[in-house]
Amino acid sequence: MNQTASQGASEVQRFLDRLSERSARRSGEPTWIAARRQAGAARFEAMGFPDRRVEEWKYTDVRAISRGDFQLAEDADFSPASAAALTLPMDAHRLTFVDGVFSSALSDLTELPGGVQVQPLSQALEENHEAVGGPLGRLTGVEFSAFSALNTAFFEEGALVRLAPGTVVEKPIVLQFLSRANQAAVMSHPRILIEAASRSQATVIEHHVGEEGAANFTNLVEEVMLDRGAHLTHYKLVESPEQDLHVASIHVEQCRDAQFTSFNLTLGGGLVRNDLISDLNGQGAEVTFNGLFYGQNRQHVDNHTLANHNAPHTFSHENYKGILDDRAHGVFNGKVIVKRDSQKIEADQSNANLLLSDRAQIDTKPELEIYADDVKCSHGATTGQLDEEAVFALRTRGLDEATARGLLTLAFAGEVMDQVDLDAVAERVELTVAGKLPERFHLAGLVEAAVALNED
Amino acid sequence: MASQEMEQLVRREYKEGFVTDIESDTIPPGLDEDTIAFISNKKGEPAWMLEWRLDAYRQWLKMTPPSWAHLDYPPIDYQAISYFSAPKREEDKPQSLDEVDPKLLETYEKLGIPLHERAALAGVAVDAVFDSVSVTTTFKDKLAEAGVIFCSISEAIRDYPELVKQYLGTVVPTSDNYFAALNSAVFTDGSFVFVPEGVTCPMELSTYFRINAANTGQFERTLIVCEKKAQVSYLEGCTAPMRDENQLHAAVVELVALEDASIKYSTVQNWYPGDEDGKGGIYNFVTKRGDCRGDRSHISWTQVETGSAITWKYPSCVLRGKDSIGEFYSVAVTNGRQQADTGTKMIHLGEGSKSTIVSKGISAGRSNQSYRGLVKVGPRAKGARNFTQCDSLLIGDTCGAHTFPYQEIGNSTATVEHEATTSKIGEDQLFYCQSRGISEEDAVNMIVNGFCKDVFQELPMEFAVEAEALLNVTLEGAVG
Repeated sequence: MNQTASQGASEVQRFLDRLSERSARRSGEPTWIAARRQAGAARFEAMGFPDRRVEEWKYTDVRAISRGDFQLAEDADFSPASAAALTLPMDAHRLTFVDGVFSSALSDLTELPGGVQVQPLSQALEENHEAVGGPLGRLTGVEFSAFSALNTAFFEEGALVRLAPGTVVEKPIVLQFLSRANQAAVMSHPRILIEAASRSQATVIEHHVGEEGAANFTNLVEEVMLDRGAHLTHYKLVESPEQDLHVASIHVEQCRDAQFTSFNLTLGGGLVRNDLISDLNGQGAEVTFNGLFYGQNRQHVDNHTLANHNAPHTFSHENYKGILDDRAHGVFNGKVIVKRDSQKIEADQSNANLLLSDRAQIDTKPELEIYADDVKCSHGATTGQLDEEAVFALRTRGLDEATARGLLTLAFAGEVMDQVDLDAVAERVELTVAGKLPERFHLAGLVEAAVALNED
Repeated sequence: MASQEMEQLVRREYKEGFVTDIESDTIPPGLDEDTIAFISNKKGEPAWMLEWRLDAYRQWLKMTPPSWAHLDYPPIDYQAISYFSAPKREEDKPQSLDEVDPKLLETYEKLGIPLHERAALAGVAVDAVFDSVSVTTTFKDKLAEAGVIFCSISEAIRDYPELVKQYLGTVVPTSDNYFAALNSAVFTDGSFVFVPEGVTCPMELSTYFRINAANTGQFERTLIVCEKKAQVSYLEGCTAPMRDENQLHAAVVELVALEDASIKYSTVQNWYPGDEDGKGGIYNFVTKRGDCRGDRSHISWTQVETGSAITWKYPSCVLRGKDSIGEFYSVAVTNGRQQADTGTKMIHLGEGSKSTIVSKGISAGRSNQSYRGLVKVGPRAKGARNFTQCDSLLIGDTCGAHTFPYQEIGNSTATVEHEATTSKIGEDQLFYCQSRGISEEDAVNMIVNGFCKDVFQELPMEFAVEAEALLNVTLEGAVG
């Protein structure tokens, strides 16, 4: 017991040492930032890394992170050719970060329409740090988790997106995070702040991808504030290499009639933990959590979602699908909380999982916590295999078994992907899923053919 | 090192401090090794039993009370509880029904409990009411003929030590959890059932039949063993509110089913839920677990929970045998300021094991209720199958209903399904009934009973009828 405690303390100390090294080189920060860093560090030191006795981390072992020795990246060098191969092929406003450091060379904000502000966080702080200081940390404080505290202590870079009232941004805003195969592993603590004023609409894509062999740690905190009637569609696509470590939280605040639609698509990463929280604070607010995760080898994917129904007439929907192969481990925890007097609530939740291997593991927990009576809440969770009757039905139509199983697995993922409006994202995910299918039902060729057919 | 020293110290203390007054019937509140030695001595237990109890006590000392449940109650002072008191003397009990609280009698009336039973339930001196001994003896003869052992656990420890030693604590180990450890150290009564190979128990067994054998202890220990191809159905508790002075209840129930054996365990729990502010109600912390040890064995839990201020209870099945089956059917009703955190665990270890969970929760008043369940499928449980349905019904806007279902699945051939809904009684359903001249209260009762039907069907006949009446009584005043 004492031994583990001291080990935990030394792990924490390693991170704190990194922080003091960094602080020594920093000069002239606004006092509020320095104060928050201090609060973050203190909180992180007090909490330490969560172990599996902490309910929220019951199924996720973070020792790969806590025992790691991560440097902070100094530059954003990345070969444009390999970046291009990783970038989503679509017309978009784009910010690119390499190991957490902003790369203006790989970013493109030339056609930004009026009423829209998209900036790297460092730049926004330089221009007007006070305007950032108010909203930053309002939703995700240092109390949320050891990781949010760590982020608050370290944060330097990230993205700021502001939408003026009534602005509709046609092109998606892509926030691209590239991970390099460094000699020494690095960590980054990006901070994303999205403020959408009333009736504004936009699509934000957060894309995490990297070079083969990269083994870095990303600790992201994202805060999204949606004013009256704002609509935000948020994609999070994680295609990181299989050694990359990723912990992120997205905290959304929704005022009256605000809509937040999330697509949380995890295809890569060695350890991925996402916390998605929506505070439905105004009548008519609606949140939709869509999710798809595909785990292979020893990947570990953990998704926690929480819908806080703080106001009457609010709605939440959730549909998560997981496919797990080899020794992959999936975790799903979906929670709906209905506060007292939040009447006329509708909340539905569904989590379906497909296990392709005997050594794959899924731990799922759909939770309801309800303190009001005029509600319609439901949740369901299923885990199983492909429907043998469906396989048989396809076989009677002359398909061989491997193809039949492959098609059905694709179709399983397709139920989430059907909701995706962006072709570039949908195709990318479907191709990846097809490519990941066990060799015996490899269907990448088929999907490519289908894509080609669509294009003609 | 320190812990070893500590252990030695603890042992030494026990040796020297072994002073007990055997003549006395009650001991002052407090718990230490002397208390346990006193209980064991009083019960005339063999040495190994005392060792077992002390071992449990030492483990308990190292544990902390669980805090994960969705319950809110002040910390319990375990030193303020008296751990042994002899049954009340006949002359201290009320001598006739006239001396019993009229409110209690009113409830019996509503439940339709036969007259002579009412007296027994209200704690009226049994001899003054009816000669239950003859009833009990008839049953005992019949059971003996079939070879079934049914007695109190204390008698079993005395008369069948080998059987008890073989099975006691093998399903719920002494160190299983805080309350199980406490129970193991201080349990004073409970039932023991042993059904030998191939025997189908000729009747449904109920604690009711040994009502005058002992008062319901606050630390009950029940052990039911079914040998190969044996079958038994066991009823625990009764629908009438039980008179009970003990606030803390920590029972342990262990079921063992060998090959092709089948155990059906039904519970109706209706302990005092406390007054309007929730004061004085019973705290019920129960560990119930069945072990489907043999292939094709079958354990079924059915429970109707309406009483207690705090309920902490998770009847579970360990499905070890090939093609073994576990079932859990539950209706939990909370009203007033009651809090219930209840559910089940189905641990699938054997190939082709199957489990069904149907849980119906009804919360009214200012009560809070949680379903907490775990379905775990081990890597060897090929083709394991689970279906879970848990529905909650909310009556009134100040109650809460919560669901925490855990699923841990480590086998690709397993199929696990979970469904849950939370809603209130539909306005249209109520309107439909009322437009046909049914009063609002009756309509609510009808709808609630319909909501619970899946579970009531699983109850033995006479229990089911009583359970429906009980539900109506519990929900009284919840509407309008």
